[in-house]
Amino acid sequence: MKKLFFIAAMLVAGFANAQSRYDGAMEKGLAQLKEAKTPAEMLAVSSFFERVADAEKDKWLPYYYAARTNILGGWMDPKADKDKSAEKSKELIAKAEALEPNNAEIYCLKQQVAVQQLTVDAMSRWQTYGAVAAEAIARAKSVDPQNPRPYLLEGQYQLNVPEAFGGGKAVAKKLLEKSVALFNSYKPASPFHPDWGKELAEKTLAACQ
Amino acid sequence: MKQAIIIVLMFLYSYCLTAQVYVTGSVRDYKGRILAGASITLKGTYDGANTDSTGRFGFKTTEKGNFMLTAGNLGYKSVEFPVTLARDTVWVNFSLKEEISELKAVVITAGAFVASDKKKGTVLKPLDIVTTAGAVADIAATLQTLPGAQRVGEQEGLFIRGGSAEEAKIMIDGTVVNNFFYSAVPGIAQRGRFSPFLFSGTVFSTGGYSAIYGQALSSVLSLESIDIPERSEVQVGLSPIFGSAGFQEVAKNKKSSYGFSYNWTNLSLYQQLVPQAPDYFKSPDFHTADANYRFKTRGNGMFKIYAYFNAGSLGIRNPSLDSIGLKNAFNLSNKNFFANISFRQSLGNGWKLNTVASISYNKDQIRNEVQNADNQTTAVTHIPEIDYNTYQLNNRQWMMQARAVADKRFGVMNTFRFGAEVWNNSDSSRYNNQDGAFPAAVNDFYTSGFAEADLYITNDLAFRPGLRMEHSGLLNKWNMAPRAALSYKLGPNSQVTADYGVFRQTPDRRFLANNANFNFLRADHYILTYQHISAGYTFRIQAFYKDYRSLLKTDDAVRNATGTNGNGYAKGLELFWRDKKTFKGFDYWISYSYLDTKRNYNNYPVAAMPTFAATHSGSVVLKKFWVKQMFGMNWSWNWSTGRPYYNPNLSASEFLSNRTIAYSSNNFSLNWLPKMGKANSVVVVGINNVFNELQIFGYNYSSRVKDGNGQLISAAVVPPAPRTFFVGLFLSWGVDRTQQQINSNL
Repeated sequence: MKKLFFIAAMLVAGFANAQSRYDGAMEKGLAQLKEAKTPAEMLAVSSFFERVADAEKDKWLPYYYAARTNILGGWMDPKADKDKSAEKSKELIAKAEALEPNNAEIYCLKQQVAVQQLTVDAMSRWQTYGAVAAEAIARAKSVDPQNPRPYLLEGQYQLNVPEAFGGGKAVAKKLLEKSVALFNSYKPASPFHPDWGKELAEKTLAACQ
Repeated sequence: MKQAIIIVLMFLYSYCLTAQVYVTGSVRDYKGRILAGASITLKGTYDGANTDSTGRFGFKTTEKGNFMLTAGNLGYKSVEFPVTLARDTVWVNFSLKEEISELKAVVITAGAFVASDKKKGTVLKPLDIVTTAGAVADIAATLQTLPGAQRVGEQEGLFIRGGSAEEAKIMIDGTVVNNFFYSAVPGIAQRGRFSPFLFSGTVFSTGGYSAIYGQALSSVLSLESIDIPERSEVQVGLSPIFGSAGFQEVAKNKKSSYGFSYNWTNLSLYQQLVPQAPDYFKSPDFHTADANYRFKTRGNGMFKIYAYFNAGSLGIRNPSLDSIGLKNAFNLSNKNFFANISFRQSLGNGWKLNTVASISYNKDQIRNEVQNADNQTTAVTHIPEIDYNTYQLNNRQWMMQARAVADKRFGVMNTFRFGAEVWNNSDSSRYNNQDGAFPAAVNDFYTSGFAEADLYITNDLAFRPGLRMEHSGLLNKWNMAPRAALSYKLGPNSQVTADYGVFRQTPDRRFLANNANFNFLRADHYILTYQHISAGYTFRIQAFYKDYRSLLKTDDAVRNATGTNGNGYAKGLELFWRDKKTFKGFDYWISYSYLDTKRNYNNYPVAAMPTFAATHSGSVVLKKFWVKQMFGMNWSWNWSTGRPYYNPNLSASEFLSNRTIAYSSNNFSLNWLPKMGKANSVVVVGINNVFNELQIFGYNYSSRVKDGNGQLISAAVVPPAPRTFFVGLFLSWGVDRTQQQINSNL
């Protein structure tokens, strides 16, 4: 009897395991994201999230992470063709957006892709991609005013804009202070929802002092 | 028994959990090249892997049964392969076919210089046009730093590969601009009328251009006006030479905008500060106004209206070579109007429509008279060579154009393009001299139909056949001009393009007023281009042969045409190298042109190298911008070997055999972008010919006065002043004017 109970328990555990296969995959992916050190590793994480997303069909978060890691992978490799990488990121973002329209985190991704493409030729792309980036941040803020990440991304961006263009440390500092303040009260909706940027915001703010 | 079942069950269960199948293989492209980073997915599961740097992949899966294994890579068509997962390792080798995509495909238009922010792999950016030293924001002067364009200091226009200025056409949004440059002044090249800030895209073709353009034997410069500006702003420009004010109002939804600007240019202060060789008895004085209205239609269409008006006058006095002590006084007054309405719209299903109409008017009133040492009109001398220099000439030109081009996309990038255009040119002139008045009027109604296709056979190979048919009402003749371009990609960054085309042009209408029984002029182009564009570097080498099969011939005085049996050739080799990478923050380009050309046209007694051609020419352009200081410095060096000039003392067999001294000019400009109060400002300082190098563009000869050796006397044609200076302050409120100069650290 004891043994039968043991078998039943094992089978139940097996089912539970199958049900949380998605959770397990997300955990695994997020762990790999933290450990990825080379562009190839980061892009492998992106492919992993994309596979999870394609298999699940109705979850936007794996597409979100697939796009985020694809963007990070693009930054990690200085020789990467950023326009080509951006095409892939945009494809993933579009899939995430189809499942989760009007989400601040997805607008943040759009800003990051625009900035990445801007850096290819900042002198002449500033006007077009700068406007795309600014619009994405504005939307993110209006959709989710309590989200610290739009302020972090805008602060990072402004820190690199010379004072004469309306950027600089003072402008960035205000945005980053706001971001850090929001981070202090920020709680992600689930363990798998985006929860990055607090340390980065603090570090970037320190660079503004 | 129970025990045994339990053990079996447990065994099976754990077996199911742990038994894994290894899936491995490789991914290559159709040519057998390794594809690293390709993504392999066991469809419907989380399992998969990416290929490593050797193109191999491998992963373990606990799934069992029949699955699809897919392999995908950006820019390639994904491939699915059925696999059965049991116990044995599964091997799959994928071979992916490239998708035809804009990111990777060969560029058909590689023969032209494109300045654009939108397109990939362009040689220039719109910003380059305003930051090239020596050009002072003049579009044509910037293009003269590119191979193929000759530097002709005494006359405005684009002189391309041994072609005269009439052989180049300049278009705005597809319509020809007849008077792109300010009206001609003897011996002094004039600037272009239009500000480079009006345009977002420039395509400069030095030969072999598309069948959608015509009426240019040598070259087409196509300018595309901007759509809706980023933000509203008010602008003020101040300089010792001009003052300007304008605004742009952009609707809140960014769907429409309108603007107006006014500019007054007067060179009297400048000419007092910088002495000029000719005596400007009337300093150049110009008033320019322009207005625009643009809106986005539903479905991302664009409607634009642009109108430009300019009125100007100047008077210039030079010593006469025909009689010691007398002077020639040239007085010009000009009015110019240009308006253009364009509309483009996607019609769905891959169709796009582009329509444009324009109207332009130009009126030149020229009064030339012979004056004495006291600048008084001289009495009739009864020496014809002198008296013929007193005349009045009124020229009036009206031009109306309409044009429609439809585009149909099929497949990923293949495009079929066709359209038609009509032009109506009405010119009238009145020439008055001592012999009386000579009015003339000529009208040409020109129609054209054209079609071309961009066919991408693979990503690496594209073919563009085209055909253009034209009819000139004045000549009462048809012509047909086939064109073709074949592009082949050699590697990720390099390609070769071969262009062929027949190019036709109606002869200069002023020769057709009395007798229009002529043919179209004709030039055939053969061009081979190799181009390498990678991040930061551009290299281009181009070889061309241009066969002038029909050119205009005139009588000795170049007054009446005698036929279109002139001919000639131009061949050469051109190099272009641009490097933004080797020296951090430093951008430079080098261009070189070799040109071998001869022609027998107009009143040439023999085939000769024309005055607007130099055998060797080139430019070095340097740019550096310091982001922190918001300060940029630009340098350019333009040079060419001597050009032929006409010396009437030589015999016909020695026609145009003299050469001027070589040309060289070093130019410097700086731009500084400080913040002044709430205004964004740009300070521009420029000096052309910094080292005061002697520049001689040719010689003018007397028609009667001879020196001691019995030779007609001459005077060198030189710039009005050895150096030119420019200082300007541009202020704008509401938006960063400085956005045109940006930080590369972002």
